[in-house]
Amino acid sequence: MAWTLDSDRPIYAQLVERLKTDIVSGIYPAGARLPSVRELAATAAVNPNTMQKAFTELERTGLIITMRTSGRMVTEDTAMINQTRKELALEQVCLFLTQMQKLGFGKEEIIELLNFWEGGKSNA
Amino acid sequence: MPDTHTQSIVSIQNLTKRYGKHTALDNLNLELPKGRIIGLLGPNGSGKTTLIKLMNALLVPTKGQIFIKGFHPGIETKACVSYLPERTYLPDNCRVSHLLSYFTDFYADFDPHKALSMLESLHIPVHSPLKSLSKGTKEKVQIITVMSRKADLYILDEPIAGVDPAARDYILKTIIQDFREDSTILLSTHLISDVEPILDDVIFLKEGRILLQSCVEEIRNTYAKSLDSYFREVFAC
Repeated sequence: MAWTLDSDRPIYAQLVERLKTDIVSGIYPAGARLPSVRELAATAAVNPNTMQKAFTELERTGLIITMRTSGRMVTEDTAMINQTRKELALEQVCLFLTQMQKLGFGKEEIIELLNFWEGGKSNA
Repeated sequence: MPDTHTQSIVSIQNLTKRYGKHTALDNLNLELPKGRIIGLLGPNGSGKTTLIKLMNALLVPTKGQIFIKGFHPGIETKACVSYLPERTYLPDNCRVSHLLSYFTDFYADFDPHKALSMLESLHIPVHSPLKSLSKGTKEKVQIITVMSRKADLYILDEPIAGVDPAARDYILKTIIQDFREDSTILLSTHLISDVEPILDDVIFLKEGRILLQSCVEEIRNTYAKSLDSYFREVFAC
């Protein structure tokens, strides 16, 4: 299946996000070998040069590591992976809060709603 | 990023093509770098097919020059350019298997095994005569023969227009998988959203002139919209 991509943002940035998500969610766990650029490009149905660019970005941050002979692997630094996980979560929180603000909800109200949602599932 | 300093595979200088009084291409200058997948886009009648035909020595320029790996289009370039024309030229009563032998004979860089494996993936019977195949299947056969060459330049004129969406995905995937860093693909199409994720660069043609040559990611970055929407905006009628 080709990856779902938003039409209005650079593809490479979306590939970086997707790969980060796959790493923190354990699809590619710490120390795991990654598929080749070409393989992943074919799976995602994107240009190999674009996938390469996404890999380069992740290498720069240290989340993935190029091994001399045998392709690329996810870092074994679990602290770094956890940090990435937190960053991704914060981005989601930020998006959520922006939407909620548009709907006119304040912080207290939002917390109330979150609590209600947890209990609400059984009451609904 | 498109780097004009990297080696070009194609160099076009002051290219003009007139059909009688009508100017199809108007003083075009263009460099195509190696290792890129380039979309040639433009409305109907903007000169895409004329440009492609000139690059394949099917038309002669009125003015100007084309160099492919340093040669004018001709015998030398046909050996290293794999061309998918907009219309089929294959004889109807020829069998698919026969076609593979033709291609093996004609082109030193043709890989019949690759062609066979692609035919199998798309469930196309090898011993059928072409006339027994549907229009879409014929197009698939033709693109398989073109992509089974190990060429330096692939010129694909509307490669996916006539095939179903599933086969379209398969063809695009094949293009990605087999794309070599030292080769270049130039493809013209109206199905922009289908090819957008696989393009490096794009060329917009309008009334025989180059309106824009840019990296696709740059367009998405600058205008915060897809190539497809950008095209619709630029060429709005």
